[in-house]
Amino acid sequence: MSAPAEAAAFLEFRHIWQEYGPHVVLENVSLSVNRGEFCTLVGASGCGKSTFLRLLLGQESPSRGRILLDGAALAAEPDATRGIVFQRYSVFPHLTVRDNVMLGLELQAARVVGRLYGSAKRQARETAEQMLASVGLTHSMALYPSRLSGGMQQRLALAQALVMRPRVLLLDEPFGALDPGIRRDMHGLLLDLWKQTGVTVFMVTHDLSEGFRLGTRLLVFDKLRVDPQHPQAYGARITYDIPLNQDRRAAVLDALPPDLVTQLSTREVSTS
Amino acid sequence: MRLINRVPTPGLRIGLALLPLLLMALIYLSASAQRHAVNPDDKLLPSAAQMVTAVQHMGFEQDTRSGRYLLWADTGASLRRLALGLGLSAAIGLVFGIAAGTLPLFAAPVSPLVAVLSMIPPLAVLPILFIVFGLDELSKVMLITIGVAPMLVRDLEHQALQMPRELLIKAQTLGANTWTTITRVVLPQLLPRLLIALRLQLGCAWLFLISAEAIASTDGLGYRIFLMRRYLAMDVILPYVAWITLLAYSMDWLLRRLTARAFPWFAESGK
Repeated sequence: MSAPAEAAAFLEFRHIWQEYGPHVVLENVSLSVNRGEFCTLVGASGCGKSTFLRLLLGQESPSRGRILLDGAALAAEPDATRGIVFQRYSVFPHLTVRDNVMLGLELQAARVVGRLYGSAKRQARETAEQMLASVGLTHSMALYPSRLSGGMQQRLALAQALVMRPRVLLLDEPFGALDPGIRRDMHGLLLDLWKQTGVTVFMVTHDLSEGFRLGTRLLVFDKLRVDPQHPQAYGARITYDIPLNQDRRAAVLDALPPDLVTQLSTREVSTS
Repeated sequence: MRLINRVPTPGLRIGLALLPLLLMALIYLSASAQRHAVNPDDKLLPSAAQMVTAVQHMGFEQDTRSGRYLLWADTGASLRRLALGLGLSAAIGLVFGIAAGTLPLFAAPVSPLVAVLSMIPPLAVLPILFIVFGLDELSKVMLITIGVAPMLVRDLEHQALQMPRELLIKAQTLGANTWTTITRVVLPQLLPRLLIALRLQLGCAWLFLISAEAIASTDGLGYRIFLMRRYLAMDVILPYVAWITLLAYSMDWLLRRLTARAFPWFAESGK
């Protein structure tokens, strides 16, 4: 765990355990992730994918083990370093599309009133409108989210998270409730945004083909040991860690040192 | 066509809504006419003409003793008490409800306390209010507040807890602290729910107002009704009750309009 390559990792999980009383969810999970990777998390229901994401978000703290972001312990509550898009309830119903994206900029700059005025506000509005243009919501900026379709709401949620320039973007089954056609469009949009921003992404999905198509790294969560009398006695681990889509990754990692790139395996995986 | 699938047209709907009201008026007027045919001095069921005369006397002629127009003076006094009591309740409900619904450390001592306090029948403490706050305005406003505020606190706390947890987490990932989470996310989403909770408490607020006025007051709609009972002046009491009903209904309607006008997102999301 103290190997030099791991110590230099952007995000590092060291022997993470998560237990709720006698119920073990994650069992000794260690993982290191480089900047700019797109990790997709798959596994059966109840196998700790979402728990893993909540730990990364700071919504929960691990029972044992440490999570390091750039060598420093991860904050134990959600903050602006990590953006999140949930399957539902990601956008604020009482704000228009534009105000939803501006909210983060305002909260970040005005710690007491939570609002900007004058030229600062105009600037935030321009930034928000550019972000909305990049997700294709230019014509819906004055609407409230309830008027948007499910796909448009998730576009808005992505814009709202990315305008903060988070270091890590967490996606909790963001497209799970969308129609297949719209889901494909969203995949294209998400990859475009990822390439533009170079943000490190963790995405939980139930859809294996989605995981293969989008990720540069597929993490499979599964229980290695199962006690039929005590199904909750053993937790899940990352049983497969598959590098994917390096061609896309190479384009993103132009700016990164070559030793990081050589770490990538050349293993080919079909997206059947 | 089955009955469950038959829907009235808009015109028929209005007609059907008016029908029971018209029927009641008709039954009343015919009963009144019958009694007056037997006894022209009947006071129990005054005729429409008698009530018009009484309203004219109460509302459009100066009272000989005080020089005031009694109906309007009573209305003003009652509405003022009601507005103060409801305003105070709304402020308490908003502050304590939101604090208890968003801050677990605040909810731990306050939430059980409010649950107990809200079970005290407000009218049972009315004598205490009269002793502590005196017989004038303050005790009446306090009765309304004591009756309504705990319900609003509990309702808003519940509504704050019902908000999807995801929204509060999202706000934190957008850089919000506790204070800005409350002011920019929780408060704006609870304001329309406060108006709905207020509408539901309007009936209770009127009940407490009329009770307090009936027991100790020198003006107000409740005071007048109970005063007129001594003279069996049904020609005044019935129009007063109708007037109170109209006022209460209008307040409900205004609050509903205000919710739709001030919070368009709330009406759109259909919650």
